[in-house]
Amino acid sequence: MLKKNLIFIALTLLLAAVPVIVLKNAEFSGADGMAEEAVMAIDPEYVPWFEPLIELPSGEVESLVFSLQAAIGAGALGFILGRMTAGKKEVDSRAQQG
Amino acid sequence: MYTKIAKTAIALSSAAALILLAAAPAGAMHIMEGFLPPLWALIWGFISLPFLVAGYFSIKRQVEVSQKFLVLIAMCGAFAFVMSSLKIPSLTGTCSHPTGVGLGAILFGPSAMAIIGVIVLLFQAFFLAHGGLTTLGANTFAMGIAGPLVSFLVYQLMKRLKVKSSTAVFLAVFSGNMMTYIVTATQLALAHPSDGDVMTSLFKFLGIFALTQIPLAISEGLVTVVVFSVLEKYNGEALKALKVIA
Repeated sequence: MLKKNLIFIALTLLLAAVPVIVLKNAEFSGADGMAEEAVMAIDPEYVPWFEPLIELPSGEVESLVFSLQAAIGAGALGFILGRMTAGKKEVDSRAQQG
Repeated sequence: MYTKIAKTAIALSSAAALILLAAAPAGAMHIMEGFLPPLWALIWGFISLPFLVAGYFSIKRQVEVSQKFLVLIAMCGAFAFVMSSLKIPSLTGTCSHPTGVGLGAILFGPSAMAIIGVIVLLFQAFFLAHGGLTTLGANTFAMGIAGPLVSFLVYQLMKRLKVKSSTAVFLAVFSGNMMTYIVTATQLALAHPSDGDVMTSLFKFLGIFALTQIPLAISEGLVTVVVFSVLEKYNGEALKALKVIA
């Protein structure tokens, strides 16, 4: 299982890395921003009728909040999975002793 | 069965997970704030509403069956939280992020994911100006309802066909992820037809979202298979109790 999982993780990393290496001139902007442009191209008179409640001061601050989200999620995920796997080992070793 | 320390730890972890859920940001590449006209904003909001109500009761029921499920639900929320925060470069030269809701849909059914989806979306709308409040209904439908529903159905079908669980999980997550973006493109096209032609717009938006999404759907599928295999190994009883595996 471990070997297979490591291969899957390596594949995932590869899938993210290949575009950056291959497409040297791409901007890698967000797909939602492109959709925004497409809406404006289709419907130039469309005026968004509601503004986001907050405006993040810069791309740095935005990536801060995004990484915070990832960190919180990964922390909780690791904690729960860690307890789960450790708990199972404990039960197994107790069963062996008993 | 549990020691006091274990109970405290589980309670703490659940609390942490719940806080995280409440704080859960990012979802898919959602429709931007204000980019659906008021009528469409309302329509999608009303369509999503019954699923959210069903989701609330679905989670409540499963937690009543076993508190262990609460930890698992929280874990699925945490997973969606991480996955949706990762904007990953794609072969189209743009970035998008996975949804992370496929895992929970396989484990707890599609309606439970409506709740996790909406929490993630609310967080992103509030703290990241990503997605939005006026597009919350539409985004919830795409990411929290349509995607998980497809993941759930594909998984159930694969299970019935006795396909290996890792293959089933991969295909379920892949199709759910693609579905989310197909629905997003459809929602945009319906609201913004090109000179009255919805199809032209649909292909335009599909071109933006779906192509970008294919490598990401593969990535999400692979990562979900990894997490699922760990669950299968260490918490097989819970998966059996949820009738996810035989």
